[in-house]
Amino acid sequence: MATAAIEIENLSKEYPHGFLHLKKRTSLQGLSMQVESGEVFGFLGPNGAGKSTTIKLLMRLIFPTSGTARILGRPISDIGMHQDIGYLPEQPYFYDYLTAAEVLDYFARFHDLSAAERRVRVDRMLKKVGLETAKKIQLRKYSKGMLQRVGLAQAILHDPKVVILDEPMSGLDPVGRREVRDIILELKQAGKTVMFSTHILSDAEMLCDRVGVIVGGKLRGVGAPEEIVGMKAEGMEILFELAAGEGKAGALAAKATRTGDRYRLQVKEEELFAALEQVRAAGGRILSVTQVKASLEEYFMNLVEADRAQASAIEVSTQ
Amino acid sequence: MRHIGAVALNTFREAVRDRVLYNLVFFALLMIAAAILVGQISIGIEEIVIVSLGLSAISFVGLLIAIFIGVGLVSKEMDKRTLYALLAKPVRRWEFVVGKFAGLVLTLTVNTAAMAVALFLALLYVKHSLERSDTAVLVAVYFIALKLALVVALALLFSCATTPLLSILYTAGLYIAGQFIQQMRTLRTDLMSPGLAAFMKWLSYVLPNFDNFDVVGAAAHGRGVPAALIWQNTAYAALYCAIVLLAAAAVFSRRNLK
Repeated sequence: MATAAIEIENLSKEYPHGFLHLKKRTSLQGLSMQVESGEVFGFLGPNGAGKSTTIKLLMRLIFPTSGTARILGRPISDIGMHQDIGYLPEQPYFYDYLTAAEVLDYFARFHDLSAAERRVRVDRMLKKVGLETAKKIQLRKYSKGMLQRVGLAQAILHDPKVVILDEPMSGLDPVGRREVRDIILELKQAGKTVMFSTHILSDAEMLCDRVGVIVGGKLRGVGAPEEIVGMKAEGMEILFELAAGEGKAGALAAKATRTGDRYRLQVKEEELFAALEQVRAAGGRILSVTQVKASLEEYFMNLVEADRAQASAIEVSTQ
Repeated sequence: MRHIGAVALNTFREAVRDRVLYNLVFFALLMIAAAILVGQISIGIEEIVIVSLGLSAISFVGLLIAIFIGVGLVSKEMDKRTLYALLAKPVRRWEFVVGKFAGLVLTLTVNTAAMAVALFLALLYVKHSLERSDTAVLVAVYFIALKLALVVALALLFSCATTPLLSILYTAGLYIAGQFIQQMRTLRTDLMSPGLAAFMKWLSYVLPNFDNFDVVGAAAHGRGVPAALIWQNTAYAALYCAIVLLAAAAVFSRRNLK
């Protein structure tokens, strides 16, 4: 049985606000979950859902109102635990008067590495994130994407066992995103635990063993992407062409969605054969038949919409 | 200790790369101009004018750096979020606070030492030789450095707790109040209520006593500074800085980052 690399128990965070800080805004509410050792875990949620708050609580950048968390079996208050953790902040910003090599060397000093070892690791990391040629340029001249790469390099510089990345794809072009995905997969192959927050669902579907969906400060679901959206097919999709035009297949064509010469028709599984017969009878050419499953995006959007509906219902009832 | 050193060196490097030490050029020009002018317009008091002007300039420039950079030591790192990646490393928050303090004190020490060299060169130009009594100038420079360390500690404390603008006001306010400690202690208490008198007495011991660090007059007139005052000021600055840094670390250790 896999052991938990990250254990979160009933973690809550409230921020005081208003005059005299008497009001409280809840950012995270009773979050309990585990990230297993060696897995890639995606932490999904819309902006303001509580993803960054959770990560900042784990990194002790902010302190919980209640609840506890452990990483690699040690409480998050244990400073020594940070030797085994790598962290990429959201939209990272570093000392802009330093070069990439200098900033990585600076961070490496806190891991008590020798000067020779620091030099080797810094060079290796800069090569890994594609900043080898820009290593002597001050960070004030770096683009957002380049800073993100520096952030990623400093997070994995000391070969940590657990890597926590807050929106690692943010600000990256498609090439950069692909490189980050490759690095995450490399980390997984090396047996590291990776937890990353994102609202780019395709990245999560592609990379994650499991995902956790957080909306409105509450965890709404945890599991493998296909598990939480449900394996059951929602229907079948037929892609076909009509050589003789729409004349012979008026009703069929009316139900389908047309893109150029092609028609896309969604039917229930039990109606598939009848629909195929109709297409053939109308002189259509069947190009493909595929199962339609709910996507992570649909699942995610349903949760967000339900949360919004609940929030407005509460607002109406309190008025 | 290595962590504190790393933070301190980085703070020093920031000051150097942000051209903080460029003020030395201004100071060198001031000393050259003063030395040339004083030689022409004052007879017999060249040394007094040069020393007073030089020490005042060292103190003033140092104070500007200590306050304006000191108040941003922690708050700037929080605002720019450069702290996030750092505090995720195995570094304790108090190590960061002490490192920032040490870094700015190192910057001010280098700055003050370079200015002192320029001052002695100007003195040498005016007097053509240095005397034993000139060691009082050296002591005055040392006291300025101690005073600046104290100002940095106060600015750092406020930097951990509030906004840069309020930090500037509080630090400058304490510095000004600290110039009048002797007057506070010699106020006529018979005209006050017993409660107010006790409060004023308490306040005069709690506020930083910057008055004791001012020996510019003695140095300018070549009067010696008692060794006891040197030890007393050193111990006072060390103890006061330690207490203020302890408070800063306590505040920062409980601070939620944005």
